[in-house]
Amino acid sequence: MKRILGAMALLMSGTAMAHAEGELFLYNWGNYTSPEMIKKFEEKYGVKVTITDFDSNDTALAKVEAGASGFDLVVPSAGFVGIYAEKGLIQKLDLSKLPNHKNIAPEWMNVEWDPGREWSIPWQWGSTGMSVNVKDYSGDINTSDIFMNPPAELVGKINVIPEMGDVMALATMWAGGEVCSEDPAVMKKVRDALLAAKPKWMSMDYSTVEKMINHDYAATVDWNGSAMRARLGNPDVAYGYPKEGYGLWMDNVVLLADAKNVDNAYLFLDFIMEPENAAALSAFARYANGIAGSDAFMPEDMKAAPEIITPAEFADKGHFVTVCTGKALEYQTAIWTELQK
Amino acid sequence: MSPAEEAVRRENIKSAWQLSAPALLVLTVAAVGPLLIVLVYSFLTPGTHGNVEWVFSLEGWRGVLFDHDIFEDKLVLADGNLTIFWRSVKLSFITTVLTFIVGFPTAWFIATRSPASRAGWLFLITIPFWTNLLIRTFAINQIIRNEGVLNTLLLKAGLVSAPLQLTYTDTALLIGMVYVYLPLMVLPLFATIDRFDMRLLEAGYDLYASRWQVLRRVILPIIRPGIVAGSILVFVPCLGAYVTPRILGGGKNMMIGNFIELQFGQGKNWPLGAALSVTLLVIVTIALLVYVKAISGERKNG
Repeated sequence: MKRILGAMALLMSGTAMAHAEGELFLYNWGNYTSPEMIKKFEEKYGVKVTITDFDSNDTALAKVEAGASGFDLVVPSAGFVGIYAEKGLIQKLDLSKLPNHKNIAPEWMNVEWDPGREWSIPWQWGSTGMSVNVKDYSGDINTSDIFMNPPAELVGKINVIPEMGDVMALATMWAGGEVCSEDPAVMKKVRDALLAAKPKWMSMDYSTVEKMINHDYAATVDWNGSAMRARLGNPDVAYGYPKEGYGLWMDNVVLLADAKNVDNAYLFLDFIMEPENAAALSAFARYANGIAGSDAFMPEDMKAAPEIITPAEFADKGHFVTVCTGKALEYQTAIWTELQK
Repeated sequence: MSPAEEAVRRENIKSAWQLSAPALLVLTVAAVGPLLIVLVYSFLTPGTHGNVEWVFSLEGWRGVLFDHDIFEDKLVLADGNLTIFWRSVKLSFITTVLTFIVGFPTAWFIATRSPASRAGWLFLITIPFWTNLLIRTFAINQIIRNEGVLNTLLLKAGLVSAPLQLTYTDTALLIGMVYVYLPLMVLPLFATIDRFDMRLLEAGYDLYASRWQVLRRVILPIIRPGIVAGSILVFVPCLGAYVTPRILGGGKNMMIGNFIELQFGQGKNWPLGAALSVTLLVIVTIALLVYVKAISGERKNG
């Protein structure tokens, strides 16, 4: 409902600005972009922003690659930035047009997928774990067993997000392998366990926040910000950090090579690196951002949130998830496709 | 035919071609063109992250029926694909039957109203089209979910002790598809019942036919074209349904349409997606041929 209201608000703000100086087309994960921040941007620059949703990196890449997508900016996860660049789908950023580029936090500046941040700007980062309604299940929630080997109380009430990289990383670590394992024994265990678990799941769906709040699901593989938003709407929802290993990720904004509103795109990129605006993104989606100085503007309830502040005992269990290559990717794609049937 | 007439005839044919040229051009470019592209893509090699490499391969077509077991390096029958095809055909067939069971009395009711009020009833049938399909499908989800309207009512009435698990089941899919495609069954049925000569009913009763016999031996054979048209209009789009199974199936209970889409996104196998699309096209064509044969055969007998 909140999302529908948000979309309506966006629509209405769009009509109110029929005389806007320009447009900007943003292709982002669903329910991820702060409408307040967009409104602020639209009012400041007189640019009308149109947001289109996707629900997985692969879907987004396929749509952009098909050509003439009409989007200016896209928000892929870390490992995908290199794939967009390699395929010539994005353009190198002109840093002279981005005075706020210096605000990128040092630890997110020289990242493996984009040293010096010449191709991509940080959007949000977080972890992938388990959201569980503790009324349905009182056992240990800090484990991938929740979806890989579901306890009886949760059978038929579990959702798994449709993002291959995140789910396969959790499953591979659960089976005792590295994130991009090429070990046939590990990957066979992953496949067999996933195929055996799937009949015990209810769905493979992206929109987890409202469904956890409404108690449509008893548990789901989830991202930490979604989990926090679900908890704020329903106090029975708790977030678990799988002790077998959980994923860490960062989503980044990239500028498409065939973008038509390049100037507005630069305005937007610089705008979101303003600490106050980066904090507005976090206040909506409930993930951390990669902008130094945004802490001062962060909402109070995020500063001690168990979804955002990782408990010390699980701090070393998080592994950064990137896109695997070669044999590992072959295994993952084959298993994921089989799983979707 | 005199030479002058012949010249006029030729001129007519020529201008007819010229007049229809734009339409033919649009049809060729918009219908045949994409189909050819799909066909060509089905014979190419998938790229690592989607798209295709221009290398000839039969792997796409192999993938329609057989899976390559990545651990044992052998081909196995792709029972997952067959399950999806079977589910699609089965659900489409059940939807067709259910829309007929619900739609026939509805169409009969409308056709037997006074001519003045018929327009009003037909108007009511078209009301659902005013709202986007996506929004209506989300609304159905709101009604059938565990804490939704339906389950709340059933629980309050004491008809069930625990909420019915409808969300993301085949039942949810059927409810959605019957709802969406019902008007497509009612309208052609109405068109034939409207032309039905009600005096034939009296004639049937005069000859001591029971109500059931009148229905079976008089009404159904005469309105058969309407039934066939309605069934085609429901069955064919059902087979390729995408939005309804996507939302009400929860990404787990796929139909062919979703399975094809999957190949172009997360499956990263465009050639397989293309081959599956052509396969769907062939299934639809066969279904249509069977229907056409069924009506023409009936006409000869009649």
